[in-house]
Amino acid sequence: MTLEFLIDALVTVIGVTTPILLAATGELVVEKSGVLNLGVEGMMLIGAVTGFAVTLTCGDSLGDFAPWFGVIAAGVAGAASSMLFAVLVLTLGSNQVATGLALAIFGIGLSSLVGASYVGMVIAPFNQAFPAWLAEDPIGRVAFGHSPLVYFALIMVIAAGWFLNRTRAGLILRAVGENDISAHSIGYPVLAIRYAAIAFGGAMAGIGGSYFSMVITPMWAEQMTAGRGWIALALVVFSSWRPGRLLVGAYFFGILMTLELYAKASGFSCLPSQFWAAMPYIMAVAVLAVMSARDVAGSEAPACLGRPFMPNS
Amino acid sequence: MRIRFEKRLAPSRFMLVATPVASVVLTMLLGAIIFQLLGFDGPDAIWQTFVTPIVAPYKWQDVLTKAAPLIIIALGLLLGNQAKIWNIGAEGQYVIGALTGAGLAFAMPGAPAFVAIPVMIAGGIFGGMVWAGMPAVLRTRFHVSEVLSTLMLVYVAMQVLNYLIGGPWKDPNGHNFPQTPPFTAAQTLPHVIPGTVIPPGFLVAIALTLVFWVLTARSVYGFSVRTVGVAPSAARYGGFDASRTVWSTLMISGGMAGLAGILESMSQLGQINLGFPSGYGFTAIIVSFLGRLHPLGVFLAGLILAVTYVGGQVAQTVVHVPEATAGIFQATMLFFILASDILVRYRLRLVRGARRAAAAGAPA
Amino acid sequence: MRKENDMSLVSRRNFMKTAAAGLAAPALGRAAFAAEPVKIGYIYLGPIGDFGWTWAHNKGRLALDAALKGQVKTSYVENVKEDASAIPILKDLAQQGNKLIFTTSYGYMDQTIEVAKLFPDVKFEHCTGYKRADNVGTYNSRFHQGRAVEGTIAGLMSKTGTIGYLGSYKVPEVVLGVNAFTLAAQAQNPKIKTKLVMIDSWFDPAKEAAAVQTLINLGCDVIAQHTDSPAGLQVCEQRKAWCFGQGADMKKFAPKTQLTAIEDIWGPYYISRAKALLDGSWKPDDAWWGFKEGTVVMSPFSSAMPENVKAAADKVIAGWKDGSYDVFTGEIRDQTGAVKVPKGVRMEDKDLAVIDWYVQGVQS
Repeated sequence: MTLEFLIDALVTVIGVTTPILLAATGELVVEKSGVLNLGVEGMMLIGAVTGFAVTLTCGDSLGDFAPWFGVIAAGVAGAASSMLFAVLVLTLGSNQVATGLALAIFGIGLSSLVGASYVGMVIAPFNQAFPAWLAEDPIGRVAFGHSPLVYFALIMVIAAGWFLNRTRAGLILRAVGENDISAHSIGYPVLAIRYAAIAFGGAMAGIGGSYFSMVITPMWAEQMTAGRGWIALALVVFSSWRPGRLLVGAYFFGILMTLELYAKASGFSCLPSQFWAAMPYIMAVAVLAVMSARDVAGSEAPACLGRPFMPNS
Repeated sequence: MRIRFEKRLAPSRFMLVATPVASVVLTMLLGAIIFQLLGFDGPDAIWQTFVTPIVAPYKWQDVLTKAAPLIIIALGLLLGNQAKIWNIGAEGQYVIGALTGAGLAFAMPGAPAFVAIPVMIAGGIFGGMVWAGMPAVLRTRFHVSEVLSTLMLVYVAMQVLNYLIGGPWKDPNGHNFPQTPPFTAAQTLPHVIPGTVIPPGFLVAIALTLVFWVLTARSVYGFSVRTVGVAPSAARYGGFDASRTVWSTLMISGGMAGLAGILESMSQLGQINLGFPSGYGFTAIIVSFLGRLHPLGVFLAGLILAVTYVGGQVAQTVVHVPEATAGIFQATMLFFILASDILVRYRLRLVRGARRAAAAGAPA
Repeated sequence: MRKENDMSLVSRRNFMKTAAAGLAAPALGRAAFAAEPVKIGYIYLGPIGDFGWTWAHNKGRLALDAALKGQVKTSYVENVKEDASAIPILKDLAQQGNKLIFTTSYGYMDQTIEVAKLFPDVKFEHCTGYKRADNVGTYNSRFHQGRAVEGTIAGLMSKTGTIGYLGSYKVPEVVLGVNAFTLAAQAQNPKIKTKLVMIDSWFDPAKEAAAVQTLINLGCDVIAQHTDSPAGLQVCEQRKAWCFGQGADMKKFAPKTQLTAIEDIWGPYYISRAKALLDGSWKPDDAWWGFKEGTVVMSPFSSAMPENVKAAADKVIAGWKDGSYDVFTGEIRDQTGAVKVPKGVRMEDKDLAVIDWYVQGVQS
């Protein structure tokens, strides 16, 4: 059990964790504003195909900058697709559960349709944020050897925590999620705030999706996120809507998934592998139950989660 | 000048019926345009998707086979959705129901059909109820949102399925593939009622549609559920117990999903394999909304969704559109119906001047 | 009667439209109507864009199109679930006039048999299954032959004596691959150990990447995989571990470290069966082709392989082709050390097809 070994294991954990963390950070902010968007999987796939396509197309003219444009495009595409959801649930007051599911189905279908012409193509992986002498240093790589998106995910979850707990705007967003009617009567633009939160969630999901098509495998394949959008939803629940716990929980999930692989490769298969695969979901429900039972307020579940709000009614 | 929504005193009956029809028509129009732009034969793709399954009698059996589980599950969901208790985990209850029924079948291999079939069906319903019972406990005892817990349990159910069919219940004669042994003749139902194109599940769907119609329109229970959904505080004053509503709606939806699961495995596949969970539980949510949470509406919506499934496959072989488009159609249809929902409850009005009228309360 | 009229209408209309839609088709002017081409249908498990199993079958279909241009007309349905919904799709393909239908995944076995009963004039071919009928044949490819080539290379190239295998599910096909890989490597280096990780999925890039990182971290310096995405190869490229492509040449994903790849080439089989159909010699076979017949092909060897390794690998390929080599020749022991195949005995196909034990030296 050398340092080298631990660093390698940590690299695996980070790779597993990052896309889920990106998408879950966005969804956490959305849910804090009182909106439940179940379409994360669809938005991730739209982001994945967009990020890949833009990087591939711009590769010739932009060179090393192409992946950055790819990531931005993935965020924009994710946000754009989330606006479809936002218009329906906010302006038209439709049911959030059904609309979110429709968005998931829509995103899976649309990404397959758009991506069909990119199958089998390849781009350079977007996996180094620092120069090679730092990124490939045997010890230094633990800090410097990752994709820019890994650092971005960490920054964003911390920023989200700071925003929600330390800024006035964050306080307002939480107030909107806790009690939209009061927030509205005080004079806060409830719908505008929710639009912004949903757009942020869409952008983060899109960028999370691009991690699959640009970092893990620099290629596009249909449904390549393989259900991570649903795990991201579980993670938000698991975190009981707190960014700090979200970060810890994401890495906990990542460690759990990595441990399963180490156990299998080392020949310790004391429990059926399906048990490990079901673990994140079981844990999410268990944590939710414990948190809610101990203190309804302590779970920080936004009181208005999933409830439509029509200001004119 | 801007558009403004004004709340109607009572939901518009005309819009209630007109909007789902308009949604389907708009989806067809939009689909045709998009396909044309993508380089396919748009009108033909739409024709094959939406019309061929209806006009070609040889497709009827397929449509009814697909529609049966969708209708049964969606009927179960509509009461919960009326009460605003969201069970989005029907897929998991469908799987566990089928597994429970199958487990009973394997436990009594020699039982004659008149014992095996009712026991398996009852087991299916029971299994679905148990899987839906967990979110009910969590909601009523621990205040856990059923939206999240039902969804999480879908993925747990999938792993239960993978474990059982690859481990304890693996078919010893199945060349070591993950699948259960086939049900015996006494444990299966025919694909269709002999001499007709009607699968047994569809008969059940018709009967249940009538049962749910009576239940929602004529019973006190149906009224209480709607009251809980529309006006929770009024329901409390009226003496309708909220946690009883949670329990009953989740039990009904779980039981229906389990019923659909066991019927599907008994009459169509005759065993359970990795491919068994095929998304009916999720699509049924679309069906219940497309059907406007009304049993007759759900019945029709189930048929329409089944048509798009079957037609989507026809369009694939005939017009060569990719499979993904079936999902896009379903989502688009749901988007339209959800968007038009507002027309049922609100009236559109053009308002002159006062550009920021709607945002009058915004801080200066 | 009406049914048939409908069908011919649909198909003729469709035929003319596809012909007209083929913008880039120079054949438009040619008398494509002179002899009606024979229709051949496919159903696929995944999307044709999965870059794996379905992608390879679709390439085989395209090869058939190209080889017998004008004589055959192929169509396919993708993303067909391995449940009862395969039945209507198969019936559909048969009713649309397809005379030969390939069902390209294990889970379509019973559905294929069932639909074949309804259409005695239509020939069916089921991939990887074991149930046959008068008009149903089965076929598969001996991918484990390629695994033996990879194992030979791995045994010679590994410095640590530990090699890795990324698997999907414990089904005979995968177990055969693991065993062939390990046995061939042990023939070169008796001390070799194979670490095995099953990820319970055919396609999950993130999990595949994590699993390969794990294997490398645990000391494996050569990795083979039996999952569909190239995620693992990209990891090997970064971590400088030798690797093998799966299903197709994946050199562009690991230009420095991919040593070779097993290519799934279904074209020769599809062409031969279509020809048999055209000349009337088709009969239901249990085809299990390999290097000799051309359905298993190794991608060009990497220049990183020393000459002696290339020679050893070529010798194995030649041995498979002329029948002088079989990796499953005793003595073979299982993980517990028990002798499963006595010295000098070759395992029979029927035992290979249901294998569920790993050979000594596999750690799982």
